[in-house]
Amino acid sequence: MSIAIQCDSLCKQYRIGGQAPYQTIRESIVNSFTAPFRFTNDLIRKARGTDGQNRFWALKDVSFEVEAGDVVGVIGRNGAGKSTLLKLLTGITEPTAGHASIHGRVASLLEVGTGFHPELSGRENVYLNGAILGMKRHEIVKKFDDIVQFAEVEDFVDTAVKHYSSGMYLRLAFAVAAHLEPEILLVDEVLAVGDVGFQKKCMDKVSQLSRNAGRTILLVSHNMGAISTLCNRTILLEQGGLIGNGPTQEMISQYMSVTEDRTNQTLAERTDRRGDGRLQFTDAFFCNSEGQPIAAALSGDDVQIALRFQVQDNVELRSPLFKFFLRDTYGNMLFICSSKLTGDQLSTITKGGIAYCSIPRLPLVEGEYFLEINCAVDGYHYVDDITDAAKITVVRGDYFGTQSQYKHPYMYIDHKWSVVQDR
Amino acid sequence: MSTFVRHIRPSKGWSTLKLRELWEYRELVLFLIWRDIKVRYKQTILGASWAIIQPFLTMVVFSLFFGKLGKMPSDNLPYPIFAYAALVPWTFFANGLAFSSQSMVASANLVKKVYFPRISIPISSVLSGAVDFGLAFSVLLGMMAYYGLAPTVHVLWLPLLLLLALTAALGVGLWMAALNVLYRDVRYIVPFLVQLWMFATPIVYPSNLLPKFWRPFYALNPMVGVIEGFRWALLGTETAPGMMILPSSLVAITMLVSGVIYFRRMERHFADVV
Repeated sequence: MSIAIQCDSLCKQYRIGGQAPYQTIRESIVNSFTAPFRFTNDLIRKARGTDGQNRFWALKDVSFEVEAGDVVGVIGRNGAGKSTLLKLLTGITEPTAGHASIHGRVASLLEVGTGFHPELSGRENVYLNGAILGMKRHEIVKKFDDIVQFAEVEDFVDTAVKHYSSGMYLRLAFAVAAHLEPEILLVDEVLAVGDVGFQKKCMDKVSQLSRNAGRTILLVSHNMGAISTLCNRTILLEQGGLIGNGPTQEMISQYMSVTEDRTNQTLAERTDRRGDGRLQFTDAFFCNSEGQPIAAALSGDDVQIALRFQVQDNVELRSPLFKFFLRDTYGNMLFICSSKLTGDQLSTITKGGIAYCSIPRLPLVEGEYFLEINCAVDGYHYVDDITDAAKITVVRGDYFGTQSQYKHPYMYIDHKWSVVQDR
Repeated sequence: MSTFVRHIRPSKGWSTLKLRELWEYRELVLFLIWRDIKVRYKQTILGASWAIIQPFLTMVVFSLFFGKLGKMPSDNLPYPIFAYAALVPWTFFANGLAFSSQSMVASANLVKKVYFPRISIPISSVLSGAVDFGLAFSVLLGMMAYYGLAPTVHVLWLPLLLLLALTAALGVGLWMAALNVLYRDVRYIVPFLVQLWMFATPIVYPSNLLPKFWRPFYALNPMVGVIEGFRWALLGTETAPGMMILPSSLVAITMLVSGVIYFRRMERHFADVV
């Protein structure tokens, strides 16, 4: 197999703070006068080893190879450098150091509908956007009908896109991009557009591109479902560095187990709490079924919610009751987990520890959720209660084990179907 | 698999002009011009007639104040046509300069999300003024008919004079477009610059008001050559602009070349700072 993309210690540094992203002329004149002093200052700072405090590496020493025909996923948390990597590979911005070579015609899709002009009609935007993405005029002419059909906007091609619904707009924009025929396609988080049916169509299009047409695809996504369906290999980035490169499933589980640096301080220092304070929560987080903390949980996985607490000296809490409420980002309460409801008899607490609540096959859809956590004794006597004590992240996973990409609105529910036919 | 290989590495010093790449993207330049033209007068009542109204009304005001009240000499021509023949190329230049200097910032979203030769943005915004020029020019021909003035054979030079105006507009526009990405002061400088520049150009007055000795220096302003050339070619004014075209062209070409080089040098930072 030949190499399609080769990255060799790719680095990208950005400045933060210190200097505004763009200067006024006055500032730069002032800077040019102070430059000699700054040079000496820099030397001093370098000698002290404090240089670079207002710079940060969006990408540092990233090296990997992608073989022609591979579909490679790029995952990592926000700010890990995924988008920066794609921007470097497309040539939008230059690396600070390092080298990459790309063998073949590249097209990138960092955003759906780049260059769409609201005043122009759908037809005109297809031509404009196609040209911006690097298509030749005759290619666009040839594919025009396919694009419009794919986008399901046949009746509106001559309407200005500002009158389109947002769904139509996104569909048309994606359709143009989907008909690009580069040898290498770089895609950033654009599969999550439109309604469920259209998302499926997009996914099918991408996998068709890779399977039938042998395209090399680099796909950045937070949608682990899409990554695991489409990609045969995955790259894991963390704080600008490459920390994993291998088979997709391994990389996804590695990503899930990366523990967030949590500061236990914040929860312990919270004062907006109710209860007599004999017990205080210090942390609340997701664990996998073995009790290892995880940054995010996958829908359908067996997980545990862990509530770390400490107790005051010489305190004895008999038959404590733990409980948490789970709310979505809109504040709707989705469910309550309570040891009173389950009837679990918990042993008497005399010192700090962790209360675990295990949830088999997490039924939450992807998103962020907030926990209100609560401990009570003697029925309803609150010892500690904190609202929005923790934010937990759920990533889309395969709840039913059928690789369905159907997007569920709120929650999954375990169920089974059968048919009994009339005799 | 094609043998096409692209290398991505930090560029050092003065980069190449990559004109070949620009040629490969010529269709995009055409599409951008076409977009600018289509969009410019959308959702306006008067539409493309704005291209005529602007220079025409300016001509009316100038004729009133400078021609009628100020008794400004006008190369023995009726003042309205004297002024309008200058305003048509001047409007093309001034709009081209204004559009191109704003173009990079206005296309920030494009620059941050897609790669293509960035220089196609200011180029297309200058060229998109050609349609407006055409409309205003047709009115000029109408006025010439009204005043009974036939164009001279020198009219054959007109395309070259227009090219000179284009070169000057693009040269300054490239500098301003690149500077505008880094320094937003440009937004305030350009309208001011255009205003001052207009008075440094023989639009409301003829250049023969200046002593003969100074005229070649005066013509270091490239628009001097363009405008004297327009009047000479169309209206047959006596000031044959030979000695003016030369310095004007040299300055315009210098500005264009330096503008392209500066733009190329700065463009690698555009996506990071715009």
